Amino acid sequence: MPETPERGAAVNITLDGRPVVARAGEMLIAAAERAGTYIPRFCYHPRMKPVGMCRMCLVELKGPRGFSLQPACYVPVAEGMEAVTESPAVKKAQDGVLEFLLINHPLDCPVCDKGGECPLQDQTLAYGPGETRFVEEKRHWDKPVPVSSLVLIDRERCIQCARCTRFAEEVAGEPGIDLAGRSDATEVANYPGQPYDSNFSGNVVQICPVGALLAKPYRFRARPWDLQQVETTCTMCALGCRVAAQSSADEVVRFLGVDSDPVNWGWLCDKGRFLFEALNSPRRLSYPLARRAEPVGNGSSGARAPLAEVSWSDALSEVVTHLAEARGDRIGVIGGARLPNEDAYVWSKLARSVLATDNVDAQLGDGLPADLVAGLPRATIDEACSAPLVLLVAPDIKEELPVLYLRLRHAAREGGTKLLEVSPAATGLTGLCAASLRYRPGELAAVARALSGREKVTADVAGVPAAEVEAARALVASTPGLVVVLGRPSLSESASGAAQAGLALAELPGVSFLPALRRANVHGAIDFGLAPGLLPGRVGLAEGSEWFEHHWGPVPAQPGLSTLGMLDRAAAGRMDVLVLLGADPVSDCPDRALAKQALEKARFVVAVDAFENASTAYADVVLPAAIYTERRGSFTNIEGRVSWLGQKVTAPGTARPDWMIAAEIATRLGRDIGASSLDSVWAEIRRVSPLHASVEPDLLMSYRGRDGVVVGTDGTGAVPAEVSPLDPMAAHGISSAELHPAPPGELRSQLHRALGAGPVLTEGTPVPPPPRRIGLGDLEAAGTSGLPAPAHRAGASASPGGVPALRLVARRPMWDGGTLVQESPSVRELHPPFTVALHPDDLARLGAAGGAALRLVSRRGSLVAPVVGDKSVSPGTALVPFNVPGAAVAELVDAASDWTEVTVERLEAGS
Amino acid sequence: MRELGYRPDALIEVLHTAQEAFGYLDAQALAYVGDRLGVPQSKAYGVATFYSYFTLEPEASHSCVVCTGTACYLDGAGALVSAVAGLLAARGQEAAPDRWLSLEEVRCLGPCSMAPVAVVDHEVHGKLTPPGLVSVVESL
Amino acid sequence: MSAQIGPQVITSRFGLSESWTLRAYLGSGGYEGLRKALTMAPEDVHKATLDSSILGRGGAGFDAGRKWGMLRKAEPVYLVVNGDESEPATFKDHALIEADPHQLIEGALICAYAIRAARVFIYVRGEMALGLERLQSALNEAYEYGAVGANIFGSGFSVDVVAHPGAGAYICGEETALLESLEGKRGYPRIKPPYYPAAIGLYGAPTVVNNVETLSNLPFVVRNGSEAFHALGEGASRGTKMMALSGHVRRPGNYELTFADVTFRELIYDPALGGGVREDRALKAFIPGGVSAPWFGPQHLDIPLANEKIAEAGSMAGSGAVTVMDETACAVRAAWRISRFFHRESCGQCTPCREGSGWVDKVMRRIEDGNGREADLDLLMDICDNISPGVRWPPAQTTICVLGPSIPSSVASGIRMFKDEFLEHIRLGGCPFPPDRLRASLAHA
Repeated sequence: MPETPERGAAVNITLDGRPVVARAGEMLIAAAERAGTYIPRFCYHPRMKPVGMCRMCLVELKGPRGFSLQPACYVPVAEGMEAVTESPAVKKAQDGVLEFLLINHPLDCPVCDKGGECPLQDQTLAYGPGETRFVEEKRHWDKPVPVSSLVLIDRERCIQCARCTRFAEEVAGEPGIDLAGRSDATEVANYPGQPYDSNFSGNVVQICPVGALLAKPYRFRARPWDLQQVETTCTMCALGCRVAAQSSADEVVRFLGVDSDPVNWGWLCDKGRFLFEALNSPRRLSYPLARRAEPVGNGSSGARAPLAEVSWSDALSEVVTHLAEARGDRIGVIGGARLPNEDAYVWSKLARSVLATDNVDAQLGDGLPADLVAGLPRATIDEACSAPLVLLVAPDIKEELPVLYLRLRHAAREGGTKLLEVSPAATGLTGLCAASLRYRPGELAAVARALSGREKVTADVAGVPAAEVEAARALVASTPGLVVVLGRPSLSESASGAAQAGLALAELPGVSFLPALRRANVHGAIDFGLAPGLLPGRVGLAEGSEWFEHHWGPVPAQPGLSTLGMLDRAAAGRMDVLVLLGADPVSDCPDRALAKQALEKARFVVAVDAFENASTAYADVVLPAAIYTERRGSFTNIEGRVSWLGQKVTAPGTARPDWMIAAEIATRLGRDIGASSLDSVWAEIRRVSPLHASVEPDLLMSYRGRDGVVVGTDGTGAVPAEVSPLDPMAAHGISSAELHPAPPGELRSQLHRALGAGPVLTEGTPVPPPPRRIGLGDLEAAGTSGLPAPAHRAGASASPGGVPALRLVARRPMWDGGTLVQESPSVRELHPPFTVALHPDDLARLGAAGGAALRLVSRRGSLVAPVVGDKSVSPGTALVPFNVPGAAVAELVDAASDWTEVTVERLEAGS
Repeated sequence: MRELGYRPDALIEVLHTAQEAFGYLDAQALAYVGDRLGVPQSKAYGVATFYSYFTLEPEASHSCVVCTGTACYLDGAGALVSAVAGLLAARGQEAAPDRWLSLEEVRCLGPCSMAPVAVVDHEVHGKLTPPGLVSVVESL
Repeated sequence: MSAQIGPQVITSRFGLSESWTLRAYLGSGGYEGLRKALTMAPEDVHKATLDSSILGRGGAGFDAGRKWGMLRKAEPVYLVVNGDESEPATFKDHALIEADPHQLIEGALICAYAIRAARVFIYVRGEMALGLERLQSALNEAYEYGAVGANIFGSGFSVDVVAHPGAGAYICGEETALLESLEGKRGYPRIKPPYYPAAIGLYGAPTVVNNVETLSNLPFVVRNGSEAFHALGEGASRGTKMMALSGHVRRPGNYELTFADVTFRELIYDPALGGGVREDRALKAFIPGGVSAPWFGPQHLDIPLANEKIAEAGSMAGSGAVTVMDETACAVRAAWRISRFFHRESCGQCTPCREGSGWVDKVMRRIEDGNGREADLDLLMDICDNISPGVRWPPAQTTICVLGPSIPSSVASGIRMFKDEFLEHIRLGGCPFPPDRLRASLAHA
């Protein structure tokens, strides 16, 4: 047998008589498409394994006995292959298949969601027969029936292509739907009474080539021909999936996944797909709010006046008055992960150069130290997914960065990537991991130190048996090119554990990191300086002050406080102004008591947000912000990829982009911070931030730059050599990237053309500072680097009834009590119930049965929750979902402790 | 299941056993089998509905299966079915919830040289005539 | 006229008292072939099979020895015995399993030894209750006797044999669907490439799938030598063939006949064989090789039972199931029943078969019920053409497996041979043949 050519090597084939160079390993259908010949198909999807079921892609292939019909989706190209895609025989076969698909397909296109963007309809119109030869009765099913709370199925429309069932099993690993029955009674079905629950169920609707699968949130909302769209980047988590945002009558009605090869491969999680409902919520803030002292009548002194609508002018004057009176170090800016890059930059500049404070932090005490994130060598998603070994020191990726879970799952199953997990509880990836080390909550750093050590491990580490740690250490030591996915495995452990772990692992040669911070544009906020001690471009305050003073004027000399630090200071009554920049610390900070106290004690609180929330209740002024899909800008994802955010609809009322608010505040304080337009902001960013010098916004907006560019690696700003075109069958409903409307002329100003690429260096100008880097030796220096030192340890205490205290593990589910989820009616109920999960042995020791009510008591507070026994929970721990409606686990958490300990007691029935 | 080692590929054999024990596969049995073998329930359902041997509904107390394969058909299987159906209609048993007899037609059963063939309560009867089959059924 | 009923290669024990027991088997030369094979090198056993030129008896007629030779070099190797005989009017494997299960086990073990199989799976149609029972008892006996399991007859060769019941799906007779079913899945034929289970078969391992009858020949081949086997028959048709004769004949049943020795006329009319058409009626048509095969008429009676001769005349010997229709049989109804079978048994995986089989069934039924239109004949032929381009023999296909091109055979035969009968149904608005119809409600069940 001839040697198999290397994957991707050139293979010469003849397609319809012309020579075509294909790539070894690809299927004929893909090779033909790249060569400009579109072979019709239904079941083939470029991101899934071919199955050759629909037979629409039959073409003629030359074999030893002449030409025969073969499915182009299932035949790998081979040297010398001769294929004919347009002969009478091919046409006849394809017409025949199309007719077969239509005989039992109902003619209800006018009332079908898919009508107008339906591949079956399109192909029928293009090639189909004029009238039907089928005079028999069509197949009947009850319709539509729910397969989950978000997806319905109309089995009469189904053409049995199995795209949905293959997605569910092959891509997502959640085979809640499968083909049932036989012959022409084959149906897609969930197990009766068992809904197809998945974080990714919306994908089956998008890839359905007919209107058989329907998404409840979109059903009957619009007709495809009424839709307008832009391509943008999803901001529901920090992964940065490409999406097409589609609107009708100035309302976003649908998001569709766009196939971005380096990021999401066309997939979206249901959170990213269905949270458009929140954008249209009637509770969106449209006007500024402020507390207007009402004429004192009944003497309820001390009670705050309610928030009421005021003009922008009044609201801003009040803000500016308080800012002007406050000393810089008594001003704090909390939040900013919601903001696009440009807005983060402008707020960062406002804080440093106008408000004279370095107290800025986009994270809410639930992330990682920003200078660690900025300084660790970064891996891209592709690098992680092609690495021989990925070490997960992270929360449940399936819940927090769902599409990254799909990529890692693919890497583990189809690629050669081994996964190794360090987690206090099982995650969605545990089943795919070569090993999963269950450490005692709070003792993560010890495990990481053991793993990165050169010493053989002979004793148990943090509750993990020595043999397990040693096997993992040996694997890490013997596998070059390790990628660490680094985040907070549990929100009831302090950040220091994960930070120490990161530093320890950074000692490994050739290691790189993919930070698993989840909140929207948190990486953009960090890269543009919304972090204490960090200036735009991942530049440390000390290293960058000269350069930035040259461009901005004076900047604070001392590093400021993190969010927890600011809240501490405010709770002590030593903060004058707190700015909440799209932040809700009361809900999201893992120390609710502290957050509440801080907001109460701060002299003045201004919130810039899209909704009222638990924290705006403490605000003196609330400014309405334009958000996702309502404004242009750019986004930075976990790998440092900068991609474009398109605008599709107008913001409600007078809500406006955050950068404008910052610019207005500066103006009112008598300063011009040079932000007159997004273009002027970008021009300045490219001048000031060496990291972003080569990033061209025009490119990001273009077809060629749709995937964005990665900053902070050797290939900073590099544009991909090839952009994969949209496969009309894989992504029907998405017209085309070229339709991405050009921004108005004002925004395409000549500015950056005049600037060329990169900072302009003239004599006497300071040299741009290098970005922060963490590597060998930083572990020893960590004590003085401002990274949190190990905190105090909670002493063990015993619960009533002799049950020892348990260590709390708190993690975010994808559906939670977050504002956007709760403002989306279709999904607000999908969060898991609030329960506390204990190992069955602990449950038995308590004498409790599943379902019994337990009271959990920590030093900070107490909560009551029904208990469930779960063998995957480690003995001695209690697993709870963080922030589901009706229960704020943050009430229990002491953010200053390495771990949070709870005592548990069983409540007697009725108490 | 223990005998078969809880392997997912033992699904069909286990479903055979379950159906033999319970007469049909109810949701509980399917869910249990799926769980223990590590087969997703939707898959177990997909397999159970693919093979005509499996039934997801309770059978009647007795069964009469008439072969309507080519050979039996040519030899008068249709008349056999009509005869038993007539008997059922006369007894008014067809729609009762706890039925007395289920009448099924199946594709070829195999003993074509004995055509026409019917299986009454798992016993094969060959070279049948309509009155012959009716008397077998009536003797139940 | 008297046909030579050939040497009984595989049916020699039919009729013996309790032929399915080890006692009866050992009393008639049982397991001698296996003992002999175990003294030979596996390559030599393979060579003997090659030299005997035994073609697969399941329908496709692929050379068994060549099939073994195509095994990918990898371990483990599996042998799967295809006993999912489910086609209407095919009942030869049924008889072989019930009457002589040890012969099948011995044949399977000889093959397993030749290909060094790690395990043997015998997939038996679930409806063959008696066959399964006898096979399982025979296996138990064989284990005890030392013919199966560890260190067989002290040779050092070990292999386990497992009987696996099917669950009612004709498609599982297709070898790749059978493998899927063995793996506990829906019986969907695998798409090609890979073209043969010999490369990627059960659990991804190289696998030989052989029919029950094929393997039942091996004890004879090894015991008597490949020359003795090769001497029977002619051309590419060597050895004997079990013919399952059914339909309107006096003596339906299984007949083991030497290939090329006997014509269809002899099979149907010889007093020792079919004994003639029942009630001495005229022969209308017969299906020479199972319901997938195009039909023959009286003009084909003198074709000998040999693969290539039948193929030359435009049909196939297939599994050896011959169904006879006399003049009272309605061609439309017969073709409709066969289409209905394929409709119900289509696995539903690929479009032309899933949708085409149902469409053909519905149109055929409409014609039989008297609601046909003349245009339906062209329509039927065109639907058939879209399933099997050209509606020719050997067939082309637009489907994943060969169930697709099986659908057109009966319909096209019916239309081509008995077009007038179709037109008469249409003209009369009903079937001109004696009523033998099911009540509508049941026929549709």
